[in-house]
Amino acid sequence: MNVMLLTIITLIYLILVAYTGYVAWKRTKSAEDYMVAGRTTHPYIMAMSYGATFISTAAIVGFGGVAGIYGMGLLWLTVLNILVGIFIAFVLFGKRTRKMGHNLSALTFPEFLSRRYNSKFIQYFSGLVIFLGMPLYASVVLIGMARFVETTLNIDYTIALLVMALIVAIYVIFGGIKGVMYTDALQGTIMFFGMIFLLFGIYYLLGGVTEAHQALTNMAPLMPAEAVQTGATGWTSMPSLGSPFWWTLVSTLILGVGIGVLSQPQLAVRFMTVKSNRELNRAVLVGGLFIFLMTGTSFIVGALSNVYFLQNAGQIAIQAAGGNADKIIPLFITKAMPLWFAYIFMVTLLSAAMSTLSSQFHVQGTAIGRDVYETIFRVKGGSTVLIARGAIALAVIIAVILGFILPGNIIAVGTALWFSLTAAAFLSMYVVALFWKRSTRWGAIAGMITGTLISSFWLFFVFKKSAEALGISQLLFGTPTLITSAPWPAVDPIVIGLPVAAILTIVVSLMTQPPSEEHLEKCFEGT
Amino acid sequence: MEVLGIPDPWVWGAYILCILAVIICVIYGIINWNKGGEDEEEQIKEELEWEKKEREMEEDELGF
Repeated sequence: MNVMLLTIITLIYLILVAYTGYVAWKRTKSAEDYMVAGRTTHPYIMAMSYGATFISTAAIVGFGGVAGIYGMGLLWLTVLNILVGIFIAFVLFGKRTRKMGHNLSALTFPEFLSRRYNSKFIQYFSGLVIFLGMPLYASVVLIGMARFVETTLNIDYTIALLVMALIVAIYVIFGGIKGVMYTDALQGTIMFFGMIFLLFGIYYLLGGVTEAHQALTNMAPLMPAEAVQTGATGWTSMPSLGSPFWWTLVSTLILGVGIGVLSQPQLAVRFMTVKSNRELNRAVLVGGLFIFLMTGTSFIVGALSNVYFLQNAGQIAIQAAGGNADKIIPLFITKAMPLWFAYIFMVTLLSAAMSTLSSQFHVQGTAIGRDVYETIFRVKGGSTVLIARGAIALAVIIAVILGFILPGNIIAVGTALWFSLTAAAFLSMYVVALFWKRSTRWGAIAGMITGTLISSFWLFFVFKKSAEALGISQLLFGTPTLITSAPWPAVDPIVIGLPVAAILTIVVSLMTQPPSEEHLEKCFEGT
Repeated sequence: MEVLGIPDPWVWGAYILCILAVIICVIYGIINWNKGGEDEEEQIKEELEWEKKEREMEEDELGF
């Protein structure tokens, strides 16, 4: 460890963050500012902030790590990230969400859904789902960051986890989303250049694009026996169709995250802070490029790290990382890249973690403050800020505790599960809210409740990865999963939860009284 | 057929598609760079009005 170099890089970075944080803090005046931070944001800031929120340490460390196991087939997730997460999200969802959000004066995602359907229940139910589900996501981001610091600096994992959580908590509590967005843009910019360097770096190191891929293709016989038994065929070919390995790659990692991104509460709110469709059009360019560099690079690097580790340590990546996929990317960067780059990259990753975490904690705080507390107790402002900040503190504590107790290999799966849960709960009602005037309050509620219940049930009792780790099925029924026949234990909750929720949303909507013309006019005006 | 050292079309297909997807985003962004901002002034005004109303409401209800 070069203390001097590390200190200089860290100091420069901290000064930059402190400055943006200070500017934001000075501008935070009322509860209103704290919630959505005004409504005019530059497209560069919007796209970078959206990108930095969406692509986090979880994507780079966690999904880069699983690419080391599952190979380059994971690039389908990059395809979805760009086409669904950026293009469809900005062009189709973003524009309508922004206009409708303004028409309805909605400040949070639950509030948006609630006002669209005229139902307070939707607001506090979805607020609760977010508050209860999100700590899993927040904790895997914390884990990703702590793993990186642990590997790069040889610092104890525990200390890294605690220090980072504290910094983020203080920052979010004093800054609010304006600070979060400006800092995100700063972090996004650092990440952008870091990933370009890494992408060129790995191809240079392995002798060129085709050469690197070819070397990885030639490694197929080295796939671990356990992976081959469950359907793996190599790092440059898809697993056997319908095998457990295939289901995990396609349903959990690719579909769960690729589609689930549309109904991420912290991302939907971003749209309301854009001043016009033009800004969203421009953000598509910045966002597409940014997401490609972030996810594409990390998946390519994760997969190709196998070649590097074979050439330099005689092992495949997951062996070199001691069996924990979460350590593959940090290990590769520490071993293969120059020291100064490893440090800058670490700062980049910490900043990515900061932006995702701060926006996660922010969403959890407003979920409790505005969506649950204000809605149920019919109060407005004042004490809400206190409640919201208290909830943030609680969310940080839960995330840190989870960071200690969750097992290895968790980052990507934890992220995917949160995305699946939100997709099952919110996606169908969000889509029809934007595009189908005939959708009704009861249809939305039916879809939301079924989606939440089915995906939770699946997570606790059927989906092997989570059910085994949580142990509730074992405790209640004496079996790790209720359904044991293939492929079900490997099928992600989103595959079951989302279609059922969608069907119920539509069927119940058709069976119930349509919303009044007047209300629809108010919602859809100008969309 | 092997493309860029990758044998499975489902994998090199994804590799190529990523790049195409970025190109689509870039082209879309360039073509629409100045579109969608026609009523921007009005929209910003609308927003300011909205924020003012919200603040007034807070002042009335909460006294701050």
